[in-house]
Amino acid sequence: MAELQRVSEPQIQPPVNIKQEKVETPFSTFWKKFRKQRLAFISAILVVFLILIAIFGPYIAPYSPTEFDYNALLQGPSAKHWAGTDAYGRDIFSRIIVGTRISLFVGIVSVFFGAVGGTILGLISGFYGKWIDSLIMRICDILFAFPGIILAIGIIAILGPGLGNVIIAVAIFSIPIFARIVRSTTLQVKAALYVEATRSIGAKNRRLIWKHIFPGTLSSIIVYFTMRIGNAILTAASLSFLGLGAQPPTPEWGAMLSSGRDYLGTAPYVAIFPGLAIFFTVLIFNLLGDGLRDTLDPKIKD
Amino acid sequence: MLKYIFKRVIEIIPILFIITIIIFLFVHLIPGDPARLVAGQDATAQDIANVRKALGLDKPLPIQYVNYLHHIIQGDFGISLKTKEPVSTMIGQRFMPTFWLSVVSMIWSVIVGLLIGVISATKRNKWQDYVGMIVAVSGISLPSFWLGLMLIELCAVDLGWFPTGGLNSWKSYILPSITLGSGIAAVIARFTRSSLMDVLKEDYVRTGRAKGLKERIVIWDHALKNALIPVVTMTGLQFGFLLGGSVVVETVFSWPGLGRLMIDSINFRDYPVIQSEMLLFSLEFLVINLLVDIIYGFLNPQIRYN
Repeated sequence: MAELQRVSEPQIQPPVNIKQEKVETPFSTFWKKFRKQRLAFISAILVVFLILIAIFGPYIAPYSPTEFDYNALLQGPSAKHWAGTDAYGRDIFSRIIVGTRISLFVGIVSVFFGAVGGTILGLISGFYGKWIDSLIMRICDILFAFPGIILAIGIIAILGPGLGNVIIAVAIFSIPIFARIVRSTTLQVKAALYVEATRSIGAKNRRLIWKHIFPGTLSSIIVYFTMRIGNAILTAASLSFLGLGAQPPTPEWGAMLSSGRDYLGTAPYVAIFPGLAIFFTVLIFNLLGDGLRDTLDPKIKD
Repeated sequence: MLKYIFKRVIEIIPILFIITIIIFLFVHLIPGDPARLVAGQDATAQDIANVRKALGLDKPLPIQYVNYLHHIIQGDFGISLKTKEPVSTMIGQRFMPTFWLSVVSMIWSVIVGLLIGVISATKRNKWQDYVGMIVAVSGISLPSFWLGLMLIELCAVDLGWFPTGGLNSWKSYILPSITLGSGIAAVIARFTRSSLMDVLKEDYVRTGRAKGLKERIVIWDHALKNALIPVVTMTGLQFGFLLGGSVVVETVFSWPGLGRLMIDSINFRDYPVIQSEMLLFSLEFLVINLLVDIIYGFLNPQIRYN
């Protein structure tokens, strides 16, 4: 056997000139296109940067995020305190850096669970149609019937305030969004000629769904996943702002902003900087999502 | 068409039932004894037993549910634990401020969103497109509570143009509706742009142009009509986020509406009010979704006949 293989090896080796050419994989095609999306490319780098801050935040923050300093109450931005200090003399810039971890974690984890649940439901619903489609879509309708943050507020009214419950709430209301998106893409892909061709050569349903339809829906899932992260961060911050999410003294951006409300006329920077942090973070996730959409969405491909 | 509408209405009925069941169970899902909550902190065991009997909480759950349905059909939503007022009165007083705030926000955001979207799509990759899309992506990324606070700081505290909160005159509507509508305007702008750009690649648009139709007619009469179909759905969905957003915006602007009542009630654990508000918000949203589905059917005959 071994000898035979050694003998046949030179024969199956491809000619040298092909070897030198670059192989086009789906990823390299994606990468080439994605790099041209300058704004999204920069956003991707900034997302990586944010993730690094989230990981190393507590080690790089110049001050403690929770320690009171009664000699530095409500100071404006200065060389010492870049974003000023709050009513307890805590350095706002340090609190924002440390708070990055909370916002990113809540955003990514909640959307991930929502995406997994929604994708499975959407694929089943779009592919099988009939009663199971009606059933799943009605479940989505029920989840949708408590619009957006209202569902989250209701869940928190039952479970009690806290960040963990915010994650559960945001995940649950992401499910119907993904289910609907994936269902509609599934319907489109299902009608495509190549799926019909695969079906006509006798592929089984499971194979059709996972090998042929799911990849067709993947790009919209990735795009929505990225875009929903921004939204989830916003929602979580809103809930904390309302006093339903992170509780003081946690350096969560929404909660920080909420405490800044009381000093609006006298010390607006207490509210300005945490808000800018939320805006900036959500913005780069949205820009990244946009770039991914333009790159991955076959309709916009030239 | 009638058949389609009928079918959609029929489909809603079971959802309605399930929603009322979920909301009914809401009180039972909360940790703790509802009778103790109603009776108050320092009630005796006898008080609690009396309250339990008075509210029918001693009966089996299905019977309690039927009673609950019976009450809400008669417009009886219970008594607030905090103010001891009927919940229906409290909600009645706060419904209109929220309703008008939502309508004003929705109108301006649909108009502005559509305009930005159409301009961006027709001027693709020109400066108008870039400006429009920068505004739009910023709009969806702005935390509404922050935007609200900054508007208060700038236009109310510093410049004194508008009141900082409350509802006193038409001026009171300006800042809250800007805050509430900005995100929706942005979503509609982005959706209109991408939808219209898709349609502009269609053959019939090329045919229209080839036979010498004016660009204005091609876009507004031919392309936009089809491009609007997904936009209608998106706008309907946005209504839900509008209802949710009102909770945040009303808290920022001390607006005497349903949203702020909700937050006040949660802080006070005033469950009859929370329960009724959840029901109201979901009913409102269901009706809007039904309307969207019907409009969708009008716009797209394919949907109707499938």
